[in-house]
Amino acid sequence: MADTQTPTLAETHSPPGWLRLLWADKYATVAAVFLLFVVAMAIFGPSLFADLSSKVNFRGRNLAPFQFEHGWLMILGADSLGRPILARILVAAQNTMTIAFFAVLAAGIVGGSLGLIAGYSRKLVSDVIMRLADVIMSFPSLLLAVIVLYMLKPALGNLVLVLAITRIPVYLRTTRAEVLEIRERMFVQAAKVMGASTWRITFLHILPMVLPTLLTIATLDFAFVMLAESSLSFLGIGIQPPEVTWGLMVAQGRPYMAQAWWLSFWPGLMIVLTTMSLNLLSNWLRTVLDPAQRWRLEGSKETANV
Amino acid sequence: MGSFVLKRSLYSIISLVGLLVLVFFLSRLTGDPAALYLPVDAPASVREAFREARGLNDPLIVQFGDFVWNLLHFDFGESLRRQRPAFDVVLEAFPWTLCLAAITMSLVLLGAVVLGSLAAMNVGKSFDRISSVISLAAASAPDFWVALMAIFLFAVALGWVPTSGTGTPWHWILPVAVLFIRPFGLILQVVRGSMITALSSAYVKTARAKGVRQRAITFVHALRNAMLPVITVAGDQAAGLLNGAVVVESVFGFPGIGKLMIDSILQRDFAVVLAAIMITSLAIFIMNLLIDLAYALLDPRIRY
Amino acid sequence: MSDHVLQVSNLSVEFDTGGRRVKAVRDVSFHLDRGETLAILGESGSGKSVSASAVMNLIDCPPGHITSGAITYRGRDLLNMSEAERREINGRKIAMIFQDPLAHLNPVYPVGWQIAEAMRVHGMPADQANRRAVELMERVGINNPQKRAKAYPHQFSGGQRQRLMIAMALGYDPDVLIADEPTSALDVTVQAQILKLLQQLRDETGMGLLMITHDLGVVAEMADRVIVMNSGQVVEAGTTRDVFKSPKHPYTQKLIGAVPGQGGIRTGKIGEEAPILKVEKLNKHFGEYHVLRDVSFDLKAGETVAVVGESGSGKSTTARAILRLDDPDNGQVIYNGRDLLAMNEKEVFKLRRDIQMIFQDPTQSLNPRMPVYKIISEAWSIHRDILPKDRWRERVLELLDLVGLKPEHADRYPHQFSGGQRQRIAIARALAVEPRIIICDEAVSALDVSVQAQVIKLLDSLRTRLGVAYIFIAHDLPVVRDFADRVVVMKDGIIVESGDVEQIFERPAHPYTQALLAASLEPDPDARDAWRAAQATVQPSVQ
Repeated sequence: MADTQTPTLAETHSPPGWLRLLWADKYATVAAVFLLFVVAMAIFGPSLFADLSSKVNFRGRNLAPFQFEHGWLMILGADSLGRPILARILVAAQNTMTIAFFAVLAAGIVGGSLGLIAGYSRKLVSDVIMRLADVIMSFPSLLLAVIVLYMLKPALGNLVLVLAITRIPVYLRTTRAEVLEIRERMFVQAAKVMGASTWRITFLHILPMVLPTLLTIATLDFAFVMLAESSLSFLGIGIQPPEVTWGLMVAQGRPYMAQAWWLSFWPGLMIVLTTMSLNLLSNWLRTVLDPAQRWRLEGSKETANV
Repeated sequence: MGSFVLKRSLYSIISLVGLLVLVFFLSRLTGDPAALYLPVDAPASVREAFREARGLNDPLIVQFGDFVWNLLHFDFGESLRRQRPAFDVVLEAFPWTLCLAAITMSLVLLGAVVLGSLAAMNVGKSFDRISSVISLAAASAPDFWVALMAIFLFAVALGWVPTSGTGTPWHWILPVAVLFIRPFGLILQVVRGSMITALSSAYVKTARAKGVRQRAITFVHALRNAMLPVITVAGDQAAGLLNGAVVVESVFGFPGIGKLMIDSILQRDFAVVLAAIMITSLAIFIMNLLIDLAYALLDPRIRY
Repeated sequence: MSDHVLQVSNLSVEFDTGGRRVKAVRDVSFHLDRGETLAILGESGSGKSVSASAVMNLIDCPPGHITSGAITYRGRDLLNMSEAERREINGRKIAMIFQDPLAHLNPVYPVGWQIAEAMRVHGMPADQANRRAVELMERVGINNPQKRAKAYPHQFSGGQRQRLMIAMALGYDPDVLIADEPTSALDVTVQAQILKLLQQLRDETGMGLLMITHDLGVVAEMADRVIVMNSGQVVEAGTTRDVFKSPKHPYTQKLIGAVPGQGGIRTGKIGEEAPILKVEKLNKHFGEYHVLRDVSFDLKAGETVAVVGESGSGKSTTARAILRLDDPDNGQVIYNGRDLLAMNEKEVFKLRRDIQMIFQDPTQSLNPRMPVYKIISEAWSIHRDILPKDRWRERVLELLDLVGLKPEHADRYPHQFSGGQRQRIAIARALAVEPRIIICDEAVSALDVSVQAQVIKLLDSLRTRLGVAYIFIAHDLPVVRDFADRVVVMKDGIIVESGDVEQIFERPAHPYTQALLAASLEPDPDARDAWRAAQATVQPSVQ
């Protein structure tokens, strides 16, 4: 009887299931491991290497990379003040990650909430919110950041604020579009017929459907914000020395480009690798969170076991 | 169509006014404008004269009124550094950026559409894998870093092209190449994704049932349907370029609007910044209208 | 070699899904000649469409591939042929039309261009192909073809689009036309027109017609021979009359037994008591369009009123008005002596406990991220006074049992169930608040025939056990024949006829009701022949 047969796809919501799905995508696995490493650096880097990274050593100025006699910290070379680049990269991870993390978090929460409101409120409120997003969108985000930072003085908090504001529209629009679509779905109608309040529908029925999408976007956006912060630091209006981020390191290496390419190369490479990893992870998330796509990973998992 | 353009214009004007108001109040409320506009070491008498000449001692509301009134006449004031109307300064820089953006986006679209379609036709095969890795890396590279590395490699180490300036066509190669990379990576991914969707659609099945060749299916049936999301993303990227590829233009010493804007901000030349914002906003508005037009041309279901 | 135009022998197709190999088609054989109609009958997942796709080389590989068997066209082996040779046959000798013509027509090209393309790719000069496209559009019944050829698919109605698909298939007078569920997405009256057109075209051109369908009515109406498929295999084959009159395989017997509208008609057990719900003169406009015009009917306790109409008839709008999901422009719905359209939010909240709804597609009406327990018990966290929390679990299990599901189903998620099971969950959810009225909006039309019958049986038993009254919305008459007490027939926002089931089915008064009844296909070849004979003598009343 067709009515009583039970579909055979097993539920894989448990944590080991997630790990298995991650393992099924080798690119994403490598990306996740790399990101874990970056996060660990961001948390422990400064406390472990802060002193080493700021120790000026004029004899080691612009020391070339891959010379083992100066200790492993010098493996990537030294900067114009003879400070080991590897140590500086490890320390700079904290500022780079912190700025991007809080900017994305703030933009996600504010944008997501505004999107929920815009998607579930009267036309007038929704229109005002959307026009506001248009204003922010229509402005070149980098320039907005430049102008605001120029006037507010560059500091970590201001940097986070500016980057967050420029990214709010992304979350706002996505959330609103999803809400508009989901609120017309049958199960929302069913909840309405059951007598569910707007609050219940928004937070128990719609939000859980929107969150995965927001998470996917946030991963991608993290990379974008990191690039934006790097650009600002590169232009000299982001984080100010003696604080350091990867973008600032690239900028600091610029005058020495002709003699010592490695000053700019390594921090830039870190930016590329981190961005790539975030992109890969975001792609994986999109696949996993889309039931129509997920079988690809589940499939390759099972054939791998055969 | 007419009412649509009107509505869009209205929205854009609202956005633009919001922007200009924001810039105005930010520049007035975050401290003494004279401090922003004048060098740090300017004597007090000069500051006072500057204030008086620009009406900075008037009440804020009067200042704002003057500001809006002048804007309506396309009068942005004098450029402090160049001693010329700010608007003229901006109009000189803009064609460079427009040209750079047009060349770059044409190459990006051509490359991304061809390679993305080929990747979509060969999902999972080695061509697709390689192009996926390349597009991912391209989309992940920070342009300022790529610019530096490119200068080092091709201009300094190999000496194939000049490091900066605009004299010959050779000068355009590096800026175009560097600006090409990120949009190319992003758009290639979009083309591949939407082509895969289009190629698995029901109307492609019909075309196969009719006996249409694979090449015609891809480039006649699927591509036109797949172009809508591509155009959206391409529009965003083109807007980014029109706003001035700030970093890349500065690195290459390219006299476009991006370099002008960043220089003017750093030199406290706000009249030029405002004029530049006006011009680029206008350009982006026109481009968005063209994109909407392209939508309607590509998809008969879209009517305004 | 065989003499048949199309011969499929021992075809097997496998799909790789989720690392598993699924045998979608196993050892299937059939043949088709010019001038005859063969139907492949089966429910969803039976492999009927895959078999046809194999003939057209439309199986995506990967994940699908043909593991064994042969397909020959006039003795030529289709499976061992170059791409180019295969293309020559596709669209020219063997053509195909599909279920959802809107999706199967390219949205961005004019229809005339698309019809002409089918001929251009086989070498016909463009201007000749364009002329022929216009001729074909005229032949399939598109008015003003010269002008309409320049229009785009979205500018046509569903029935017209299917006509366009047919025109596209006819370019070269193919030997074989494969029609994959060509009328399933269409209203019944439109379905009748399309089927008639296909028959005429077959007789005119002498092509062979391969009909793939889940609908026994379509088979009885169209087919000379039928093969019945179930889970990838042919379980029965024969002439349509033999298969319908003396089905040998248990599956076929079950399928034929499940066809709605063959049981006894319910007769007046409902007394003369006052109605519990009275719908009075509902009116609603969407812009210029008058979607409800003076819609009035009533419902007594424990009674089932069927509201039947095709798309755009206003039947769902009526349901949404009763449920206070959309407000009509004017009119009243009296419940318990009060106009529920005038109730404030608090009263509407209370009303939710009395009037519930079951939606058409259970896949979409259940929140995919909630387990069954939460879906059902949500009612009690909304209406807190129904049940204390410690009794929820017990009650959920009771309700699951009531709708024929097992206790262990409580902790599973909707995607782990089949369509019929999901609809049972939706019914359990509606019952959680112990409603007096349940509105079923096309509650069984998304389900396979055999599942449809089971769900209707469940609804029927709940009616007797719990005394629920139903408003049963359907697009099709046979489904409601052995379930409803009274029937309301709607068209373009107007109730054209209402009355007892018996009256509607035996003595339909309004021409539209008659047309609907005539268009509902009898799953019985004899009835078809009788009907045709009657049609030949009487003047044609059905358009």
